[in-house]
Amino acid sequence: MNLFKKIKSGFSKTRDKLVTSIRTAVGAGKLDEDVLEEIEEILITADLGVETSMELCERLRKRSQVKTLVGDEVLIAIQEILEDMLEENTSGRPVDTDEEDDPENEREIGDSPATPHVTFIIGVNGSGKTTSIGKLANYYSRQGEKVLIVAADTFRSAAVEQLSVWAERADVEITRGVTGADPGAVVFDGLQSAVSRGIDRVFVDTAGRLHTNVNLMRELEKLDRVAKKIVPDAPHEVYLVIDGTTGQNGISQAKRFMESLPITGLIVTKLDGTAKGGVILPIGRELKIPVKWIGLGEGMEDLVPYAPEFVVRAIFADAKLDSLVEQDINEDEYNDDEE
Amino acid sequence: MFNELTEKLDGFFSKLKGRGKLTEQDVKAALREVRRILLEADVNFRVAKEFLKKVEERAIGEEVLKSITPAQQVIKIIHDELIELLGDNWTQLKRSKEPPTVYLMVGLQGSGKTTTTGKLGNYLKKRGMRPLLAACDLQRPAAIDQLERVGEQVGLQVVSRVADTPLEVARLAKKRARSEGWDTLIVDTAGRLHVDDALMEELAQIKEELHPAEVLFVADGMTGQDAVNSAQAFSERLGITGVVLTKMDGDARGGAALSIRHVTGQPIRFTGMGEKLDALEEFHPSRLADRILGLGDVVSLVEKAQQSVDHEKAEKLAKKLKKAQFDLEDFLDQINQLAKMGPLENLLQMIPGAGKALKGVQVDPSEMKHVEAIILSMTPDERRRPNIINGSRRKRIALGSGQSVQDVNRLLNQFDQMKKMIKKMSGKGKKMPKGMMPPLG
Repeated sequence: MNLFKKIKSGFSKTRDKLVTSIRTAVGAGKLDEDVLEEIEEILITADLGVETSMELCERLRKRSQVKTLVGDEVLIAIQEILEDMLEENTSGRPVDTDEEDDPENEREIGDSPATPHVTFIIGVNGSGKTTSIGKLANYYSRQGEKVLIVAADTFRSAAVEQLSVWAERADVEITRGVTGADPGAVVFDGLQSAVSRGIDRVFVDTAGRLHTNVNLMRELEKLDRVAKKIVPDAPHEVYLVIDGTTGQNGISQAKRFMESLPITGLIVTKLDGTAKGGVILPIGRELKIPVKWIGLGEGMEDLVPYAPEFVVRAIFADAKLDSLVEQDINEDEYNDDEE
Repeated sequence: MFNELTEKLDGFFSKLKGRGKLTEQDVKAALREVRRILLEADVNFRVAKEFLKKVEERAIGEEVLKSITPAQQVIKIIHDELIELLGDNWTQLKRSKEPPTVYLMVGLQGSGKTTTTGKLGNYLKKRGMRPLLAACDLQRPAAIDQLERVGEQVGLQVVSRVADTPLEVARLAKKRARSEGWDTLIVDTAGRLHVDDALMEELAQIKEELHPAEVLFVADGMTGQDAVNSAQAFSERLGITGVVLTKMDGDARGGAALSIRHVTGQPIRFTGMGEKLDALEEFHPSRLADRILGLGDVVSLVEKAQQSVDHEKAEKLAKKLKKAQFDLEDFLDQINQLAKMGPLENLLQMIPGAGKALKGVQVDPSEMKHVEAIILSMTPDERRRPNIINGSRRKRIALGSGQSVQDVNRLLNQFDQMKKMIKKMSGKGKKMPKGMMPPLG
């Protein structure tokens, strides 16, 4: 299954609901105030938040004043506005997740680099950090990189064991601490062995913490300082994992985590249910944090790189719009990721 | 918990307070604001709509417009309606006539089922029951290890690794509970999406097999609009009988609580308030409504104090206070008892008005530790008679506790002030001085 189809099937629940309800709202008639209000409701129920939904509707209203929108034209207009908004979110930051294209990260595979590329994975309890790391490790390991997982969640019972299972499945190495050990020490040991063994890419799993717990947030800052002792420019990436079912609290989570560590991207998980993960839009708008990966299922390959227009189209694409979508998207571009 | 919602409602009410009487327009405008607050608090769209319709019906009418204090009246209406929406008063979990009573824990991935299973076991154990835990999450790697550890921490036995399917493990666990005389069985299951038919069917079979007294839906308190979909699906498929709302020690506004309650019609039983295994609280709708409206949660605070304060010690202390014999050992006791009540931030949130006044105040538990260290570095004689602590003793205490001499001085000064105040208070007929308690640390 190619990537586009995978995203489409992962989002099928979202798509059905959004498209169907907007279509029902619009009907065969034109876009008037009642319909706009209904669309606003639909967007709010997708967790886009009141403000973002209102702005989207405002833009839709302006468009409809320029040119009367009828039927599916409304859907297409919403889709385009969403894309615009997502692009504005991340302006100034690389949107493309394919890091091999990013000159900063460019590296010859096989060469053992002086320092490994270090990624911290952070987030609240139960958001899916450990599972995401397993999938990320698998993704890069398949691209031929030497991957090491550092299991620094020494708080939750059996978190280390859980990660070990994932490491085994992905066939990558793992440094583990025992439950209750100092996570700083685990990071220190992990990075040291990564450097000496010529590892390309390191993922650091951290314990889930509520962003309101100041002491635990300080612990994160400490992990950052410890990592820099071994790899001065680490962490190269800090991914915040957000549960796709999270509501407006996601904004608060992102804000508070940002105060401790410079988040470089989001991983949005559990989007294979009916949740729409709409909160990523306000997060992007307020904090300019781009989404880098999305989780669409429990399988090893179900974490996929994210590109805004791609996902928006996957959400909105259906039988009638498919032809439009496929004309526009160069699928080969995305298929490369899978190899 | 619910702090942000409280804050926003506060702002809205202070606007109302500024006016003498309310017009119909005022009410409508204010309720639009409340609608926004509820939506931003993740209350489901439809739930919010219905809620506001009820409030509006009651607010725009003689009741409010002709009353003398309209703001108070609106507060009361919203408060009443919130309580009604959140449900009746808290009741104990149901028990089966024939032991073991089975509680089945279900929910989405990452909502906190395994932790809550441990917490519930701990809660029941403290109340004299003999719970057995069953690890039926065979899906997530190491979930069984996690429950085994949790069981160990709270001193409960766990049935695990006895069969290859969750259904079979559940069956064997119930059999064991019956033959060994455990009165309660709490069954942890794998997290699953409500749209996953096969896995939902598996749960339905487990339910069929076990005849649980309660099916508890464990839901993340930070959930957004989708809460209604998952809650509804679990409810329809499994007939859930109660809800446990987790991660409520964060700053989520918890609007999901209202949504879930509304679509399932089932009561919220408990809220998870922290990572420790005793951080499970009984859910009280009226208290929660009080909290939303900024009235604090004094009842919870008193209950907490009652649970953790050693009564004998308290009586002894009262006698000492009367005779003004309060010494540093008593002071240490007080600190330790306070620490037993849980993180100070959580306690502060329950104090009426403190939510707003103390917003952003973080109590550093290490500061309490420092005070403790200083006192513990004193000899018993010094603790009883602090006035013998001279310069060289201060130096020794500072070295021993790893603090500076200034820290020791400050503690002694504070203790001195406190003692003086106690003297005044216990003096005949004298009223409490205006300054009250000097701040700790």
